[in-house]
Amino acid sequence: MRTCLVVDDSSVIRKVARRILEGLDFQIVEAEDGEKALEVCKRAMPEAVLLDWNMPVMDGYEFLGNLRRMPGGDQPKVVFCTTENDVAHIARALHAGANEYIMKPFDKDIVTAKFQEVGLI
Amino acid sequence: MTPLDYEYLRRLLKERSGLDLSADKQYLVESRLVPLARRSNLAGIPELVQRLKSGAEPLTSDVVEAMTTNETFFFRDKIPFDHLKEAVLPALIQARAARRSLRIWCAASSTGQEPYSIAMCLKEAGAALAGWRTEIVATDLSQGVLEKSKAGLFSQFEVQRGLPIQLLVKYFTQKGELWQLNADIRGMVQHRQLNLLQDLSHLGTFDVIFCRNVLIYFDQDTKAGIFAKLVRMLEPDGVLALGAAESVVGITNLFKAYPDRRGLYQPSNAPVARAGALPHVLKAVAAR
Repeated sequence: MRTCLVVDDSSVIRKVARRILEGLDFQIVEAEDGEKALEVCKRAMPEAVLLDWNMPVMDGYEFLGNLRRMPGGDQPKVVFCTTENDVAHIARALHAGANEYIMKPFDKDIVTAKFQEVGLI
Repeated sequence: MTPLDYEYLRRLLKERSGLDLSADKQYLVESRLVPLARRSNLAGIPELVQRLKSGAEPLTSDVVEAMTTNETFFFRDKIPFDHLKEAVLPALIQARAARRSLRIWCAASSTGQEPYSIAMCLKEAGAALAGWRTEIVATDLSQGVLEKSKAGLFSQFEVQRGLPIQLLVKYFTQKGELWQLNADIRGMVQHRQLNLLQDLSHLGTFDVIFCRNVLIYFDQDTKAGIFAKLVRMLEPDGVLALGAAESVVGITNLFKAYPDRRGLYQPSNAPVARAGALPHVLKAVAAR
């Protein structure tokens, strides 16, 4: 079973994402900020990361930069999932190495479509 | 709703749109037509039926529109669009090199996601289609969905169902809470109201026809009749794309499956594709 790391400081969003992604046959690991997410990736690199932008300690953008510089950090498919929904933020995320981008609010159909788009399902 | 009312509505919808409702779809009719009846200041479906019987033409159109399903999203099912990019366009670019024009028809275009997905595929083909005349004709029974399509304005939910984020950034402009397709993509699509049950010959012939997720609502005879029209409107080496749950099998012999491309069909008398490597420029199209 493939693993998806869900990174979001909101426990509600993590719970919703977990329920959707478990339904898509992913094993879920959660982290509440970018720093904790990096620790997870150092232990075992996930196949997918669902990533919030605004988080305390280390935001999603900084996490993504660090992830992509790690050994094997180019492998996970990273899908941003954020309320930052303007073109400038989307372009910045893509430039930093995001594979897809979900604008909150989201639902199962959107997550499924985006994960299909990047070849995760 | 009385059984007689339901029977009247079934017959009306079959005659006007080809929609083939089975005997157990009363719930669907009620869920779609009760709100319409209220908007028309009628107490319920019996009163709506009475008004229809008196020949209220605009109301009849509203009933047909309310009963048609307009669900759609960008690059729906993904595979047909991969086929378009990888096989259909490269072959047609080769076959039409002399006349340098392509005509594509979306036969049930709904709110526009399908024709605009095709438009983006053509745009992404870049240099291979530079200087070509490309025409995408989008038709639908419903004037309401065509108006929405023409505007090219989509909600955040709509642009997230099937549309790769790179294409959103490239071809859309944010308008408050909505996203609008840029004028160059909108300008590639012509919109026309059209009933597939009526004469279609005025549309001319096409190189590609997308007729997806509409025939499933018709009975076998109606499907066969539409296939007979489509084959006359398709170039001999043209391609027909059907929906994931649709097929020609058991309905018509006028089409055959396109080799190794599920959901695509060619006229049965289509010339056999010549084997051989694609020219360099066409490999580039297929790789996009």
